Amino acid sequence: MSLQHYLVISSILFTLGIFAVLTRKNAISILMGIELILNSCNLNFVAFSRFVEPAKNIVGRDDYLLDGQIIAIFGIVLAAAEAAVFLAIILAIYREFGSIRPDEVDTLKG
Amino acid sequence: MEPLKNIESLAYIIPEIVLVVFAVAVIIFDLFVKDNESDWVAYLSLIGIGCSLIAIFITNSLVDINKPISLFLGMIRLDGFAIFFKILLLLATAATILFSLRSEELDVRLKGEYHTLLLAVTFGMFLMASSTNLLMIFISLETVSLTSYILAGFLTHSPRSSEAAFKYITYGAVASGTMLFGLSLLFGMAGTGDITQISSQIATVLESGDVSALGVLIAITFILAGIGYKIASVPFHMWSPDVYEGAPIPITAFLSVASKAAGFALFLRFFYTGFDTPEIIQSIDWRLLLAIVSALTMTVGNLAALPQRNVKRLLAYSSIAHGGYLLMGAALLTPEGLGAIIFYLIVYLFMNLGAFYVVVLIANESGSEMIEGYRGLSSRAPYVAGAMAIFLFSLTGIPPFAGFFGKWLLFNAVISEDLYWLAFIGLLNSVVSLYYYARIIKAMYLESAEDTDIFSFSKSTFALLGVFVVPTILIGFLNIFYSLSKKITLP
Repeated sequence: MSLQHYLVISSILFTLGIFAVLTRKNAISILMGIELILNSCNLNFVAFSRFVEPAKNIVGRDDYLLDGQIIAIFGIVLAAAEAAVFLAIILAIYREFGSIRPDEVDTLKG
Repeated sequence: MEPLKNIESLAYIIPEIVLVVFAVAVIIFDLFVKDNESDWVAYLSLIGIGCSLIAIFITNSLVDINKPISLFLGMIRLDGFAIFFKILLLLATAATILFSLRSEELDVRLKGEYHTLLLAVTFGMFLMASSTNLLMIFISLETVSLTSYILAGFLTHSPRSSEAAFKYITYGAVASGTMLFGLSLLFGMAGTGDITQISSQIATVLESGDVSALGVLIAITFILAGIGYKIASVPFHMWSPDVYEGAPIPITAFLSVASKAAGFALFLRFFYTGFDTPEIIQSIDWRLLLAIVSALTMTVGNLAALPQRNVKRLLAYSSIAHGGYLLMGAALLTPEGLGAIIFYLIVYLFMNLGAFYVVVLIANESGSEMIEGYRGLSSRAPYVAGAMAIFLFSLTGIPPFAGFFGKWLLFNAVISEDLYWLAFIGLLNSVVSLYYYARIIKAMYLESAEDTDIFSFSKSTFALLGVFVVPTILIGFLNIFYSLSKKITLP
């Protein structure tokens, strides 16, 4: 497996995520699309971290780039936080509008 | 310069620590307050902001502004630029808390949560203004975004507010996901997350041919989606009118000033330290790309504001347009551009918050956010009408108000870089903006209301209004602000 394989997979995941966000008519499916996007980024970070030679002259670093793995862990945490807030807002939307379809939640215009 | 280790860095982030301590203190204190109507929670958070401000001045004396310090192994940086933005953001938060005290739409039962979230979002913005690492950029941006989503939807049992939060998080989550993808590509190309080194790294790999200029362009365009969404630049501005209209008015004021300022801080630090080397500018011309985005942003903002009847929505489009003016300075990547942006942000803080304060007052008294609610204001509340007229003239950029001097500095910086077409578009836009600002002034002074009761405001209301009016008139004439804007530089 080379770096290219990982990048191709992550690009496909990213595109699927954007596609889901743009075409889905249900807020939960949109959330799933967003999760796909964030996971494609994590995959990217870990792959780069494994294959790319780190920049020279960095304090306290040897020949291995660990930053990407760390960023991926933070990415997972933030995705969870975002999902929590998103679901809470979807609940509020359902209470007010009786629907979680974005095209029915559209009173603000102008 | 060697970055400081974790423990050594703690002494330099006391302002942030103070904010977090008060954020926790506020929510615990709220548990013990029996009386829902009391304002002590708000006063406690104001005290927290005051302490944080004092801490900034104390740490400021530890630092030589010309010698920035890198903290936490290069994660964040303390320099004059960061200190300026921290003070600006604290002022905006303090104003928001004072507006919330006056505003009648907020739920009194949730005061503790509301103020904790406000302090937390300010903390996130502090980090946004000082982060120098891709990881830190993403975390701080998400901290600010997640708390802003909740604040925008804070009015329980208001469909408008819930809808605003829903639109905000849908756009926001996609934008920040796209940005993270761009950051991952940039990280892979540079082999480091430190933006002070990315510049030279990218230049090296571009030269050796390992990476094509197109790859860098794609990564930066993705990152621009995240930052552009924060500062509401075209084409990532769609969320902002809906969110500004639906959110509680104090939060709208906060988002349009503080969130935008923090976004600009991130934007400026990223482009001024990451992508200003001649090698990179040679292969990819950012300045043209940013100049076009800036021209589009102000034109779309101003044209869309023309038919608006809701003053909150009108001010939302006006704030998009002002983001466009600010981007004009950012597109130059010169010290003059940076100075002009910093001066304009100071002016914008006072005039825009002032205008929103008047919207809060009128919404309380007449229950209306529409332009019709402003009819005959000159006789019903002459001082408030006068103050609103000053803010609107200043937003248009009419002398002798501060907005004029801010715009003058921006146009000056643009013309000195020979971007005459951009200055011309900016000038045309200022003329267009006069039309919709003047409509509010016309309603206040030339039209009469069916209802002619005199509005009565307390003395403290006028005092707070004065805090915004006086700087809006005076800033342009005070030399200290010009020298301040020249002093702040980015490496």
